[in-house]
Amino acid sequence: MISAPDVVAFTREEELEGELCREPPLPEEYSVPLFPFANHGANPWAKVASSKFTRDFILISEFSEQVGPQPLLTIPDDAKVPGTFDLNYFSLRIMSVDYQASFVGHPPGSAYPKLNFVEDSKVVLGDSKEGAFAYVHHLTLYDLEARGFVRPFCMAYISADEHKIMQQFQELSAEFSKASECLKTGNRKAFANELEKKLKDLDYTRTVLHNETEIQKKANDKGYYTTQAIEKANELASVEKSIIEHQDLLKQIRSYPYRKLLKESDFHPYEPECAPDQASAGCDRDLTTSDLAEPSETHLYTHVPSYTPKLIKAKSAKCFDKKLKTLEELCDIYFFTQTLDQLHHIERTFRGDVCYLLTEQISRALLKQQSVTNFLFEDMSFLEEKAPENQYRGCQGLSQDTIDRKCLEESPPPKVVINLGSYKSSVESVPIKMEPEIEDPQESQMTESVMFEHQENLDYLDADIKGSISSGESIEVLGTEKSASGLTKSESQASLPVSPSPQAGRSKVGSRRTVSEDSIEVLSTCPSEALIPEDFKASYPSAINEEPYVDDEEGGLRFTPKLNLDNADEQEDVLKEENLVQVDSACCIGKESPNFLEPLPDMGQKPCEEDGVVRIPPQPYRQAEQGLRGSFGSFPSHDGISGGLLPYEIDSRYPPGSREVSKSSLDECSDSTSYISSAASTCSDRTPSPAHPSGQASDRHKKKAGQNALRFIRQYPFAHPAIYSLLSGRTLIVLGEEEAIVKKLVTALSIFVPNCSVCTKPVKHWVTSPLHVVDFQKWKLIGLQRTTSPAGVNVLHALSRYSRYISILDADSKTLRCPLYKGTLVPRLADHRTQIKRGSTYYMHVQSILTQLCSKAFLFTFCHHLHLPISEREPEESVVNRRMNFLKLQLGLANEDIKIVQYLAELLKLQCIQEPGPGVNPLLRFDYVPSFLYKI
Amino acid sequence: KSSVQTIGEEQIQNPYTELLVLKGHQDIVRFLVQIDDFRFASAGDDGIIFLWNAQTGEKLFELHGHTHKITAIAPFSSSEASEEKKHLILSASADRTVIVWDCSTGRQVQKVSCFHSTVKCLTVLQSLDVWLSGGSDLCVWNRKLDLLCKTSHLTDAGISGLAELPKNCVAAAVGKELVIFRLIASNNESEDWNVLEVKRLVDHQDNILSLVSVNDSTFVTGSYVGELIVWDALDWTKQASECNFWDSSVHPDAQPEIKLTQSPNETSVQHLTSDEECVFAAVGKGIYVYNLQMKRVIACQRTAHDSSVLHIEQLPNRQLISCSEDGSVRIWELREKQQLPAEPVSTGFFNMWGFGRANKQANQAAKKMQENTPMYFLELLGDLIGHSSAVQMFLYFGELGLATCSADHLIILWKDGERESRLRSLTLFQKLAQNGDFQLKF
Repeated sequence: MISAPDVVAFTREEELEGELCREPPLPEEYSVPLFPFANHGANPWAKVASSKFTRDFILISEFSEQVGPQPLLTIPDDAKVPGTFDLNYFSLRIMSVDYQASFVGHPPGSAYPKLNFVEDSKVVLGDSKEGAFAYVHHLTLYDLEARGFVRPFCMAYISADEHKIMQQFQELSAEFSKASECLKTGNRKAFANELEKKLKDLDYTRTVLHNETEIQKKANDKGYYTTQAIEKANELASVEKSIIEHQDLLKQIRSYPYRKLLKESDFHPYEPECAPDQASAGCDRDLTTSDLAEPSETHLYTHVPSYTPKLIKAKSAKCFDKKLKTLEELCDIYFFTQTLDQLHHIERTFRGDVCYLLTEQISRALLKQQSVTNFLFEDMSFLEEKAPENQYRGCQGLSQDTIDRKCLEESPPPKVVINLGSYKSSVESVPIKMEPEIEDPQESQMTESVMFEHQENLDYLDADIKGSISSGESIEVLGTEKSASGLTKSESQASLPVSPSPQAGRSKVGSRRTVSEDSIEVLSTCPSEALIPEDFKASYPSAINEEPYVDDEEGGLRFTPKLNLDNADEQEDVLKEENLVQVDSACCIGKESPNFLEPLPDMGQKPCEEDGVVRIPPQPYRQAEQGLRGSFGSFPSHDGISGGLLPYEIDSRYPPGSREVSKSSLDECSDSTSYISSAASTCSDRTPSPAHPSGQASDRHKKKAGQNALRFIRQYPFAHPAIYSLLSGRTLIVLGEEEAIVKKLVTALSIFVPNCSVCTKPVKHWVTSPLHVVDFQKWKLIGLQRTTSPAGVNVLHALSRYSRYISILDADSKTLRCPLYKGTLVPRLADHRTQIKRGSTYYMHVQSILTQLCSKAFLFTFCHHLHLPISEREPEESVVNRRMNFLKLQLGLANEDIKIVQYLAELLKLQCIQEPGPGVNPLLRFDYVPSFLYKI
Repeated sequence: KSSVQTIGEEQIQNPYTELLVLKGHQDIVRFLVQIDDFRFASAGDDGIIFLWNAQTGEKLFELHGHTHKITAIAPFSSSEASEEKKHLILSASADRTVIVWDCSTGRQVQKVSCFHSTVKCLTVLQSLDVWLSGGSDLCVWNRKLDLLCKTSHLTDAGISGLAELPKNCVAAAVGKELVIFRLIASNNESEDWNVLEVKRLVDHQDNILSLVSVNDSTFVTGSYVGELIVWDALDWTKQASECNFWDSSVHPDAQPEIKLTQSPNETSVQHLTSDEECVFAAVGKGIYVYNLQMKRVIACQRTAHDSSVLHIEQLPNRQLISCSEDGSVRIWELREKQQLPAEPVSTGFFNMWGFGRANKQANQAAKKMQENTPMYFLELLGDLIGHSSAVQMFLYFGELGLATCSADHLIILWKDGERESRLRSLTLFQKLAQNGDFQLKF
């Protein structure tokens, strides 16, 4: 059996695949831990060979009732992106694992059809044959003409990197939820409109029929009813029934549960800011147009556009005759564009390698913590844009252990103790497709021990790859986000406990997937959906596993590797503690086995039975919460990294309670903010444009700036004084005739410019008019045109006049006029002999040194005695001495470096004491220091 | 080649290392007037008056009321201890109105628009609790803006300057003439005033541009052609006059190499200021210090600026600030000469002591040591460059800094960077102490 992860890379090769499947696995001792990608030119970032598409993309598919699963559109909308990848086939795959129990119709005991407000299901699917892995977000939209009024759709984020999908599961889920919510909102509106029209039609039909019946009655003098009359009467009755049904539907769609919202006061996605105004304005506003500033659900249905009712024929057209509505029609063009914007945004956000994404997320989370100093050198707009996610990322992924621990300290110990093993059984033990597991427990145990020993991402990766060795024709459900809604009285579905970490589950599955041929596997489920009120009837996404996993003893064995860990007891405790809280109710229905499992009443028992079927009844509210808490992280919760690398994991600003609330309302929160922002953006600008500035563009900018800066440093021997000017707040003028050259230099140097406030970067790329003292207040880096015209003389005159405030870099004659610099900081920042080759690397290098600088400035700014006397009698000189001593000795600053820190400290002070609001006059600080002319 | 002394970029003694640009005016800013310790008003050709906080640079009020440019502005504070201190300002405009403004509310208190000509100067006589407006005639007003009395029509050009003299007298500069008026209260009724022309002094050859009262016994006038006359404030007799001290050929400390074409503009006495012993005169491009005791110029800087000096002010610490049409503000210090004037010193001695390398001014000063050379000289401490056009006026706020106004529509607040930094730290730590959970509003 193949157990070592490294062999997997080979097996990915298509030519090897079939062979390996048939052959017996290699003996244990042959699985040498080679560098897994050695044969690919040793580039760990090389594209996985098997994937047929070049980059990640988003696919929207529908399970059409007429033609079955079909792809609708891809984002980016470019045929090159999917390439030879078979979208139809993949649509079929992903649509075949819709976990939404989205049945609509006449539930038993109900007279009328009921709409279910179905929660979206979020699963991770893998198709190792295609080399495609996807986060799949299923949702249903309502369509009056569709069967059961529902149209199942799904949005899938498809990537060749399974690891990426798993790592970014939470983020993907949150982002796709927004998109889905947008679609569904539009759909509810459209559906309500449609219902209203239909009701009018019906009403009209009824009137017509009624009149006809009356006429017939009058005409009828025979004393008995003609068959015609009876038919009419029947028709009338059916129309009336239909009216009632449709009214009921309308009521249902209108009463889309706001109760849910009321419980979390901070979530008002669609509630109008000024309800009365909207109500009054709503009447004369045509809602069919897409000028909705703030989609207010409450008013969406009140407005009735003028509509001429039609007579409805008794027999409606056959299902296959009619043309189904397009997605666009289903959800109102406005919301559709919004959704597309959001999807484009997702595509941009998750572009790139996973390690890059992760690093970025971590650094962003870290930067977020430095709320005092981060405005100096960071792009605040970039930080703010991601604010809601960041905030939660910090607590979700990175400080998972701590929070869990904290939560545990606060709350009474949960009743249910489920170890990691039980997680596994919970996920995979649904006997959907009873395939005997050909796997010896020994081996499985071994793999897991590997997992637990290393507990690093690479291991996951390897394990995953290995896991999909031989599942040639298979789609694996790698994860599904399920709603933690065990508290509802969903008598219909059985529930399962679920692990907090998708990776853990996934990796285990990986070891067992070797035998699954042509099967669909649930690799993990990740519960995270917000709590749903009891009265909100919904069906919950559920976990499927067609591959039976039946092993009680394995569950026991599973714990042994953990005991073998070198780690001290405390780590173990952590692990245990985590295990305590990872209970969650999961609802589980099988695709092929619609029979629901009966909930078990007893929670305290180990929820494993002989047949491996785990049944957990709907859980009480608090426990569900705990489950949420424990399971919220998308990161490996007991990953060694999270403990070791990130010292800030304890986020003490939030008490555990509030943290938990914030966590549980994560989806809603982010939803609401995104809606507000998108609404705002479209408010001002009607044209549908990406609601967020492109993160990728700024990356490109960074890269370019870094590249140019590198070039600048290598080309100009006087780069140091120039950079010193920028860092010490002395405006640097780049003077040149050619705009492109000047702009390039300005871009290069802009990475060294500290921001004066949150809002603007004090960089002006190109100026042609004479400068003024106000410009030096506002801009710290200016590109200036040199002309020979009389106006140019003025420009130069102004430069010489204000020469004490500025340093002048002449791009044409390659000279620099600026104060002397003899410090040590800038040489480290801009070493012309640097080995750094890449622009982005250099950019990061600069950022790291600037961050160090920021921390020095922070320390300097906030040390009380450095600025103010200790006692009242203390003379000012001794304070000055102390200050200088601190700068020189404590911070180790030399010569002009002191001025840099002092300048940054002033900026910090200004930022802190500044009253919010406009009208703040920017300061210009300067020194009377002589300038020198540098030449190459 | 400019003969103007320059200081270079290293200015150790220049305390102003921070500046704040106050924007608001849309035309030349000509007047700055101090209201109290931290507020000042600015006015100019756009007819708007702004009130500013000199510490923060905050714009307090924007006073609209005049339709034409403002020609004069004066603070008009109630000095009576009984009522609460109320800060008012008077402003006169080319629209022939005078408006009284309340500085605490920014409201217009009262408006007088019965003038026949533009009021060119305003003077408040605190002792009599009246104020005077000078245009083509001189009017006397009380606090309630009742016209108490007025003179007959004096001149079309208007009164260019007013100075308060002892014994209820006022000196008014009317063209070339200096007219002394006396205010006489009627015997029976205090509200009934009369203004009498007492004397007309015709000693000046040209228009009187500046008029300043030095002390109770002296006042000084300066004219367009550079006459400086010291008058006795009691009997209005000429005590001394210096009529061609700008003239290098006449004056002993003249530098033969500097041959200026004596255009009147370069010799006009633009502004005068004084302390008890000296009168400081801005004459053309230069600054002259005239000692009242010695009755001669004790120090001068012939070309202090590149172009006309428009305003000059003496600071408490023997420093002098001047601003000029060239857009710069310069800080000077009146220093006593180190060496005895009578001692003949060889140049070799100076070279030995490194004087040769000292700035040009010191060198020149050393050369010109003769018996009647001034014993003082003006040392340039620093210059403030920020305005792009003529600096019309400035206001010295002591510790708070210096406000300058200019034809480039801007007001610049110059501040001591060290002090500001310290103050910001103080504010910061106060703020930290106030709210323990210091959360920044990002």
